[in-house]
Amino acid sequence: MSNVFILADFAGDKATKTTAELATAGARIGTVTAVVLAGNGKGAAFAATVNQGPIANVVILESDDFAQFGVAASADALANLIKAKSPNAVLIASHAFGKEVAARVAVLTESGIITDAVDVAADTTATQLVFGGSTTVHSKVSHGTPIITVRPNSVEADLSAASPATESVPANIGDAAKKSKISSTQPPVKGGRPELTEANIVVSGGRGTNGDFAAVEKFADELGAAVGASRAATDAGWYPHSHQVGQTGKTVSPQLYVACGISGAIQHRAGMQTSKTIVVVNKDPEAPLFDIADFGVIGDLFSVLPQATDGISAKKG
Amino acid sequence: MKIAVCVKQVPDSWAEKKMVNGLLDRENVDAVLNDLDEYAVEEALRIAEAHGGNEEGGANSVTVISMGPDRATEAVRKALSMGANDAILVTDSALAGADALATSAVLSKVISDGGYDIVICGTESTDARMSVVPAMISARLGWAQLTFASKVTVDPSGTVSITRVTEAGVDEISATFPCVLSVVEKINEPRYPSFKGIMAAKKKTIEQKDLAAVGVSGQSAWSQVNDATPRPARAAGIKVTDDGSGGTALVDFLAEKKLI
Repeated sequence: MSNVFILADFAGDKATKTTAELATAGARIGTVTAVVLAGNGKGAAFAATVNQGPIANVVILESDDFAQFGVAASADALANLIKAKSPNAVLIASHAFGKEVAARVAVLTESGIITDAVDVAADTTATQLVFGGSTTVHSKVSHGTPIITVRPNSVEADLSAASPATESVPANIGDAAKKSKISSTQPPVKGGRPELTEANIVVSGGRGTNGDFAAVEKFADELGAAVGASRAATDAGWYPHSHQVGQTGKTVSPQLYVACGISGAIQHRAGMQTSKTIVVVNKDPEAPLFDIADFGVIGDLFSVLPQATDGISAKKG
Repeated sequence: MKIAVCVKQVPDSWAEKKMVNGLLDRENVDAVLNDLDEYAVEEALRIAEAHGGNEEGGANSVTVISMGPDRATEAVRKALSMGANDAILVTDSALAGADALATSAVLSKVISDGGYDIVICGTESTDARMSVVPAMISARLGWAQLTFASKVTVDPSGTVSITRVTEAGVDEISATFPCVLSVVEKINEPRYPSFKGIMAAKKKTIEQKDLAAVGVSGQSAWSQVNDATPRPARAAGIKVTDDGSGGTALVDFLAEKKLI
């Protein structure tokens, strides 16, 4: 029987849904062991939140170096654990931290790496959507331990309760991984909205907002959605760069993507065209984004969105 | 300070990209300097300029390092026209189809031999979009990793502090030389090469090396593409013109699709 490591993904001190998604993909390959990296004395509390998905075992590595030296320390500890336990594959969440940990682990364990998988098969073949989602690629690691990062929100998570066996092992971190020192950390400013790349619904605004995102935000909040923006809107300073959807920003693949006042340059499409359902609101009937919209409204977002917001509110009762 | 900037030539982000035999078709598309690397070149120049400039024989130098085919000289030349001093381009037929691991191994050897204090990269290339090469170089060289920087402060006596911005939050991180940085696109506004810069770049040296000259052996890719299929184009669906009930029509559509 194969063994698969997943690097448990946390937001603050709680495991995210992404952890269950990694476990769900991992369980196709073999028995899943979730690796929990935590500060000294915090491992048990962290591990207790790893309670969903097909997870057979939890291995806890405790060290205050994780908070102090970030990516490099986390990767070093994980790589040393991989060398000691020889799993058949390692799955890690595909965000900035996860991809950098995976990169260092691949170097340290002399293993091939695949990033941004949207699916992983039993034989470790990974599915990726490349070139802005226009092409589906199947790839496989051919050397060492397959190190695969999986995009959040791509694998449908098995959220059944898990009661894994827990084991603590010493975190083995070399001095070369302690060269970049973190002096302060601030969590992301949430504003009550879901994280852009993990959201089920994303409502984005572009040039057509003329800098006024109030209607977009109200509609997003009514839907419980994250707010995105086109490059035109972020370059104009109307919305923070961290919310930019597109080739040079975030790639999102939600159940529903609502583009408001966005014409739909390739740059933007590359970041959202794998969304399950696409809705477009634009005054310009020639806006290219209408070509890929499941539902389009030719109209002014400042009248369409408030009416839709009220309509949803009324339906909720 | 000796500063190096790693750059990559990529297919124009506006061009249609295709896979041929499991690799990106780079032959038949326009190729440009990776957008996100321009921020790295700009930041390197700003760091040099803030501490005495990078004039010939001065306190600082900015060297462009790249790996790619002969025509990658065009992308390298653009970085030189922005103001970098010189460049090293590794070109070898054995590197066709190289993965990020092989690429980082070659770049690391060039960097290590050059004796740089700071290496700056973009956060990712717009073709592969992996965001892994800066971390791999750091791991290979055992140098400090200071990545996803939205602000960089350099003390020429040997320390670098950055503000790291990712979806996980904002970190203040510092390290001593030598270190590997990647910079996000909001860090600066890259300069356009001036006419003078473009003319000067024509006279600057691009040292082209093969693998033997670099002193590393070519390594085959450690992952392979089994198949690549263009996804069917999305067809346009229902389109309505707002006659005063566009918002209501939208809500009805979402309700019908069980999205609300």
